[in-house]
Amino acid sequence: MIRHTLGRLATTVVIAAVLALFALPMLWLASAPFDDTPAITTSIPDFTLRNFAAILDNPYALGSIRNSLIQGGGAAALVVVLAALAAYALSRVRVPGRDALLYLLLLLSSVVTGTAAMVPIFELATRLGLIDTHLGVILVVSGGLLPAAIFILKDFMDDTPTSYEESARVFGATPLQILRHIVIPLVRPGLATIAVWALASVWGGFLFQFILLRDPEKAPGSVILYTLYTEGGAPKLDLISTFSLLYSLPVVAMYLFVSKRYGFRFHGGIKT
Amino acid sequence: MARPTSAADAAGLGTGRAIAFVLPALTLIAVFLVFPALWTIYLGLTDYRLTGTAAADPRLVGTANYTGALTDPRFLSSLWLTVLYVGGSAVIGQAGLGFTLAWTLRTRTGPLRRAVEGVVLLSWILPSTVVGFLWFALLDRDDGTLNALLHTPGLAWLLDHPLLSIIVFNVWRGTAFSMMLYSAALENVPPSHLETARLAGANVPQQLRDVVLPAIRRHILTNLLLISLWTFNDFTPFVLTGGGPEGRSEILPVYVYRVALKDGQLGAGAAISFLILLINLVLALAYLRLLRGRRQRRRHQEIAAAGGPPA
Amino acid sequence: MRLPSRPALIGVIAALALTSCGTGGGPDESSTTLTIAANSIEGGKNAESAQWIKQWVIPEFEKTHPNVKVLFQPSGVDDEQYKTKIALDLKSRTGADVIDLDGIWVGEFAQAGYIKPLTEVGGATVEQWEGWSQIPQAVQGLGIFDGKKYGLPQGTDGRVLFYNKTLFTKAGLPATWQPRSWQDIIDAGTRLKAAGVPTPIQLNAGTAMGEATTMQGLLPLLAGAGAEIYTAGKWTGASPAMKDALALYQRVYGGSGLGDPKLQQEAKGRDKSFARFAEGKIGILAESDYFWRSVIEPKAGVAPMKDRDQAVGYAKIPAKQPGSGIRGQDYVSMSGGAVRVLNPFSKNPRLAWDLLAFMHSAAATKAQLAGQVRISARTDVNDEVLTADPMLKYIADDVLPLTAYRPGLAVYPQVSTALQEATAAVVSGRSADEAATAYQAKLEGIVGGAANVSG
Repeated sequence: MIRHTLGRLATTVVIAAVLALFALPMLWLASAPFDDTPAITTSIPDFTLRNFAAILDNPYALGSIRNSLIQGGGAAALVVVLAALAAYALSRVRVPGRDALLYLLLLLSSVVTGTAAMVPIFELATRLGLIDTHLGVILVVSGGLLPAAIFILKDFMDDTPTSYEESARVFGATPLQILRHIVIPLVRPGLATIAVWALASVWGGFLFQFILLRDPEKAPGSVILYTLYTEGGAPKLDLISTFSLLYSLPVVAMYLFVSKRYGFRFHGGIKT
Repeated sequence: MARPTSAADAAGLGTGRAIAFVLPALTLIAVFLVFPALWTIYLGLTDYRLTGTAAADPRLVGTANYTGALTDPRFLSSLWLTVLYVGGSAVIGQAGLGFTLAWTLRTRTGPLRRAVEGVVLLSWILPSTVVGFLWFALLDRDDGTLNALLHTPGLAWLLDHPLLSIIVFNVWRGTAFSMMLYSAALENVPPSHLETARLAGANVPQQLRDVVLPAIRRHILTNLLLISLWTFNDFTPFVLTGGGPEGRSEILPVYVYRVALKDGQLGAGAAISFLILLINLVLALAYLRLLRGRRQRRRHQEIAAAGGPPA
Repeated sequence: MRLPSRPALIGVIAALALTSCGTGGGPDESSTTLTIAANSIEGGKNAESAQWIKQWVIPEFEKTHPNVKVLFQPSGVDDEQYKTKIALDLKSRTGADVIDLDGIWVGEFAQAGYIKPLTEVGGATVEQWEGWSQIPQAVQGLGIFDGKKYGLPQGTDGRVLFYNKTLFTKAGLPATWQPRSWQDIIDAGTRLKAAGVPTPIQLNAGTAMGEATTMQGLLPLLAGAGAEIYTAGKWTGASPAMKDALALYQRVYGGSGLGDPKLQQEAKGRDKSFARFAEGKIGILAESDYFWRSVIEPKAGVAPMKDRDQAVGYAKIPAKQPGSGIRGQDYVSMSGGAVRVLNPFSKNPRLAWDLLAFMHSAAATKAQLAGQVRISARTDVNDEVLTADPMLKYIADDVLPLTAYRPGLAVYPQVSTALQEATAAVVSGRSADEAATAYQAKLEGIVGGAANVSG
């Protein structure tokens, strides 16, 4: 019993150390925005709220966070809906070459999210009339995220029991009813997690958002963050630190909401 | 108990509806992923550049870009750095720490668990540009938080240990995914099996080896595959070191960025991207083989056990 | 309840695509629209320039052209990324009518067919523009490629040595200082070191500083040793001048303690060097007049120095020895600058030229400089404006006559990277000769063989 208590104490210490390690880098975000002369390093701030006034003076700052929400939210919604449908079908019906296809798409997605695919992506968007539209950004980034989303969701749908679906079918439910009322509730935390993952991936993305959009009124926060430099490329840290904080808050808020409402994990918790 | 088979078509979907379910995703993927990816692979066979005469009139150069990359010592050192980076930060770091956290937090509730999960997930979802600044503040040579804590003033982590720095950085950045995936997987391990093992006198490593690992093996491999692929294509360390000093943290995505965007050689950049794809393919096949090999061996053992003493 | 079927979903996506095209803001049919693209944005990078376009250029031009609507397309990001976006636009024959470019990009854009000579786009009136007589020939060169004028220069800059007078006095050096040779710089650095200055000399080096290494470091040294990077169709390889320049790096960073090698390797090394100069930890620093205007500027600089005007001196960059610089000069500098070009695929090329010429008129140039002093392309405006700042007057009068420009060719960025790598090799401890040899090999690979390399 003593050994057990000691062991538990030891793990608590280890967990606390991990907690400190993960929290340490975030200190800058807690201090610099409130510092009168923010530096590249963390220091006890010479407290001021002036930086917030300065960032609100920027004509694009707040709008860019709204744009990030449109583009990130749109992509997250599209990815979750399309990936859930596809993952369910692929999980429940045997399609020849299914796994090979998924692996291939997963591999291709790494080519397209890299710098080298810039010209093809741009030309494609130009020809489809998607330049300078939120939709263009949403479709392009969703294309890159979908294979991984399907892959993860299928893995977890494979693990959900089919017995409920079988009984529902006996009672005459249609496949879409089964999906809506039985499968979705089972994998809902997983769907929510994929949504946050997609949102977070889009949130920090710069290159495609930058080349696909023209009007800064449509630019997301990641692009506007890059404009807060001088002509010689030196960062304006008062604006950057403050904007970084404001710009991180929606993602954190979404995570808190999702984790409170659905639980932030991949699995619904029904044991097989 | 065997996991439910997916081949049964429990929901009575039928091939037609299944296709209808898959088609929207596949259409989007075909247009915005497969098509540009094939185009990029084609560009890899040309000397295409963003500007200059080669932009106006790109020529097919066959495999010149590939031989060029494979004979470039920078590419080869970059490949080696990437292997170390993926191995250190994804396979050992993220998967190891992710599993450890999932395992130790599994039986806990309360504020400590919520705090750890929250802060680990926060590291994962913060925008990458912001994260760059956070780590500068931590690792800075003159006034960095880490040097202040360790009483090592002037230690230039990013210059003296660039690879180690980005490995630790990526562990911090990406452990959340492994932790979540393993937490979910551990929920599927029947507690009764663990209890039985404990009563039989198995210690924790034995429990892990005999009960937990066999039950979650598939998830371990899925996780390793995904995080390896992601880490292999991860550009974020660029915001920390810019690939330097002297290319000592120039992993392949940074190398591609330098070739394609800074030097403007889009053809060569595309070729290297395709090389990365091929390397990733090898990686994926290795994991798949591991998965299949284990499964077959296991089936062998089961058959042997069921069939009584071997002849 | 059924989820939408496949055709319905595709239909929804298509409809979304169409509506978002529709809301893309098509121009009013009755009037003509012109667009200006620049790498500046309100509240961000180059904000003054963005404000000038929005609050002065557009209203003033629309006053005299009642049927024309002028739009502004700001960017305000890294130069490389801006360049990528403009190149993609021009490649697909779209984009703004009047476009800001760095002068160094003119050649590669012209070679790609993305831009055309001004007379081909704007018509014969281009040659009769009043402004040409106000722009010095050397500055016009920023927009010239293959003898043809592709763009109007916006302004230029010059590179000098900035030094901290307070530290100089402390080290027993004169408060008004003008080195005559590289040895003079080293000697001053040695005195500063002896007086306890942590970093006597900051000479940009390495790849992390990017083009700042090439422009503020290696190219002025190369010019001081009598060579340009590209002359008569050949790139300068491991020539004696190149080895001399790298040898000076070795004297600063190779164990003498005159420079801080780690600062050259850090990803944010240049920002840090600014902060350190402002804190009085660096004695001598080679930079463009940008450093004076935007970095240590007492009020709005990124590393402000409240006593800048008293504490900071500036001196011309000396040649290796008097007379050993390019064209036999005693002093050297390097210059760059932005230009504005016309989009050859513009629907209203003549009108676009009118707008471009208007943006470069004396009145417009003066309006652009309102409240800040910098060197414009126009002599008439400079004569009037620069009296407000002796430092910039010094650049215009004493430095620009000595300066040189970079070659605007598509491979230049790669050559520049190779030069940065050569300095990085010296900083990390290799000898100047080794670094020069490795550079030569790399250069031959970039420019297509030894036949295109001199040295």
